[in-house]
This record gives sequence, C-alpha cells and structure tokens, in this order.
Amino acid sequence: MSDGLLLAGPAAGYEPAPSGLGRRQRAALIAEVDRAGLTGRGGAGFPTARKLAAVAAGHAPVVVANGTEGEPASAKDRVLMTRSPQLVLDGAVLAAEITGASEAVVVVHRDVREIIDEAVAERARVRLDRVRLEVRTAAEGFVAGQASAVVRWVQRGVPAPTATPPRLAQRGLRGAPTLVQNVETLAHLALIARYGAAWFRSAGTPAEPGTMLVTVLGAVRRPGVLEVGIGTPVGRLLDLAGGASAPPQALLLGGYFGAWVAADLALDRPFSSAGLADLGTRPGAGLVAVLPAGACGLAATARLVRYLAGESAGQCGPCRFGLPAIAGQVERIADGRGADPGLLRRWLGQVDGRGGCAHPDGVVRLVRSALRTFGPVEVGPVPVGPGPVGGSR
Amino acid sequence: MTRPARLRVDFIGCDGRGLCAAALPELITLDDWGFPIVSDRDVPSRLLGDARATVRACPKLALRLDARR
Repeated sequence: MSDGLLLAGPAAGYEPAPSGLGRRQRAALIAEVDRAGLTGRGGAGFPTARKLAAVAAGHAPVVVANGTEGEPASAKDRVLMTRSPQLVLDGAVLAAEITGASEAVVVVHRDVREIIDEAVAERARVRLDRVRLEVRTAAEGFVAGQASAVVRWVQRGVPAPTATPPRLAQRGLRGAPTLVQNVETLAHLALIARYGAAWFRSAGTPAEPGTMLVTVLGAVRRPGVLEVGIGTPVGRLLDLAGGASAPPQALLLGGYFGAWVAADLALDRPFSSAGLADLGTRPGAGLVAVLPAGACGLAATARLVRYLAGESAGQCGPCRFGLPAIAGQVERIADGRGADPGLLRRWLGQVDGRGGCAHPDGVVRLVRSALRTFGPVEVGPVPVGPGPVGGSR
Repeated sequence: MTRPARLRVDFIGCDGRGLCAAALPELITLDDWGFPIVSDRDVPSRLLGDARATVRACPKLALRLDARR
C-alpha cells in the first residue's frame, strides 16, 4: 500500500493544468488515465477514461465537479475538500482541459463552500487557469448528489434526477455535453497527470488500482476518513479506525445503498468490488459502518429505510409510494408486530429497477441484505406480476 | 422484418394514469400503486401495432418502444 496523497494538503503541492492542449496531448492524457485504471469514486465506479473520451468527443462541453456528498454518513468528500481543496480544483481544471471545456462548475457541500471559494480566489489572483471556475453550493438531500440531479440543480435549482436518455455526456448542463465527476475522482486525476499511471497502480489491486477514501463509522474508536489502497481487508480498515469499540456484529458495506454483512463474513474480505461481489455489495462511495453486538440490525435498517423513503425525490411512483410501504413492513418486523413476508417480497420486487435513478434499487438491496443478515425470512428476487410480465423498466 | 423492440417506462414522467395497462393487458400490468409493470421481453410482432398505439395514447408521453440494439 503506497502512501496516499489525497489528504496531504499543500504537501502534495499544486500546479497549473497544462493549458491549450492539442488533440494529441488530450488523447495522451486520456490514455494515461485509462492505463491507470481510474474509476469513479462517487459510488458508481465507472471508468473515468471512457467518460472523459465520450465528453471530449462532443462540441463545447462543460465539466461539473460533484462534491455534493448527499449520503449523510459519508464524510470523505468534505474531508478531501477541506484538506486538499487545490488538488480537487487541479483535477477539475485538468478535466476541463482534457475534454476541451472552457468552464468547470464546482458543486460543493455547504460545509466547505468557503474553503473552496478561497481556493478559487487564490488561483484567480495568480491567474493559474484558463478555464473558468464557478462554485455552487450543493443542494441538501440524499438524491441531490446523483449526477443528473446535480446538473438539474445547477441549471434549474431543482435537485432531482432527470430521465435517461439523453445521457449527460451527450446533453447535460445547458444542453452541452457534460462530464460529471466526483471530487475525489478529480483529485486522483490530478495526481495521475503529475505522477503517472504506474505510480497510481502501485496501490490497490491489479484489477482495481489506486487508493480510495473510506469513511469508517459506528462501533470503532476513531471514526473518520482514511485513504487506503483498494482491496485493503475490511478488518484492517477497522484497525486503522482505532479498532472496534465493541465486538462487531455486522457491517454495512458501501453505504446506505450497500449491504449488511455479518462481521465474521466481512472482516477478512478485501474492500474492493471483486472482494465484496458475492456479498451483494461494492465499496461504492467507501462507507463502512460497524454495528456492535447487541444492537438490533433490523431496527437500524428500519430507521435507514424510513429515512431513505423520505429522501425520495418523489418523481417516480414506485419509489414515492413503494418505499414508505416497504419502510412500514420493515418497522413491523423490527418492533415485533410482524410483517407479511409475501407482501414485503412483492413490494421489493415492484420497486426494484423502477425509478428514474437508482434510489429505489439501493433501498431494495439494503432491505434484502438486512433480512439475509438479521432476519427471520429470506426475501429474494421473485417475479412481480402475472402472465408474461417479468421484471420491468 | 422489424427489429425487436421493448416497452420502456419513463417513471419520472409517468403519473400512473393506467391507460396503458387497460390498452395492452397482454404486456402491461399495474403495480400495487397503479404504475405500469411492462414486460421485459421483446414485444411479439403480432402485438407491435397495439404497442405503438399504446405508446401514442399515453397522456404523459412516458411510454416508449425502444428498438433493441
């Protein structure tokens, strides 16, 4: 595991992005990012080089740096922007130079707005960038960080996802091809441009190279944000967070959209997509929450699901009506009133994959994992309708 | 020969009026809240005409027929 530089602050230095890049230089930088194997650190894990190339192919694109961090339990983007604001801005400007954008809109959680404002002003004073940097305060709310919701927020003041198609890379902010990239991803991009793909790949695993920021919380002695190589064992993440403060019962891996995993299954696993795949989750935005022995996982899940139901943008029927219904059933399980497993299974099936964004899917994943890990009933995917009707879109 | 196509719902646009399920019960049912569950299989060629008509009938323009790549 190499020493990470994401949180090194000014010690990592900062420098102007190469400006006025020609076509070949831009292609060379995209190729370097491709060799590095950088993937999006906002949760979806999409290959960054492919996004860069898609947007670079469009006319007059725009870059949006996404520091919304809508997941309340996650702190990594805020910590990154507090510690290394210039590294994030380096990455945003570089992404703009690579894609041929003349503007980068930096959308930041309100906790760090002033830090980013000052960092932008500092760059302006020394005329560091050709690219115009615009800072916007992110909307609050869980779905506000979803890429299309960020674009809609910037353009219209409405923090809710939009329908696909069109894809943002084709038609996004003000109709322009738009690159929406998580702020941590952009910081990695800046480091790759400086130190190269081989350096980047010296951390992580061959299939999932590089470091990532993780937020460790719950029953650990020093909850907080760490930079670790992808694939670091989950148990090691707990050690780095000061060790468990009580015997761990289960871990929520990947965030509110991740999955509960029994501690004995989780601790030896590499924290990577490959390492967690058969547990039904991924590192996502890097959240690890530790549930101590004696705590009720179903009650914790019921609270999460009720919260997430309230965080629906309310645009899509199955999410708007289905999530509160599911929350009610999980609450009935948790408080002992008793739920109807058939009904819950039916509703999970009727909500899964049926929204304009992945919000309902995430809730389904969370609930299924809770029932698997804590529950009296196994609730798996089942057909949701009669006759020829199977899943749906 | 027409290319295979599938029905898709834009759930952001959909209001759950339910016309589609009434018009094309062979391929569309409603969930417990009145929103369409569409078949995830290719629309059989004998139903393609009905499917197109149902797409046109959606008052919210939230149903479409996507040719499969």
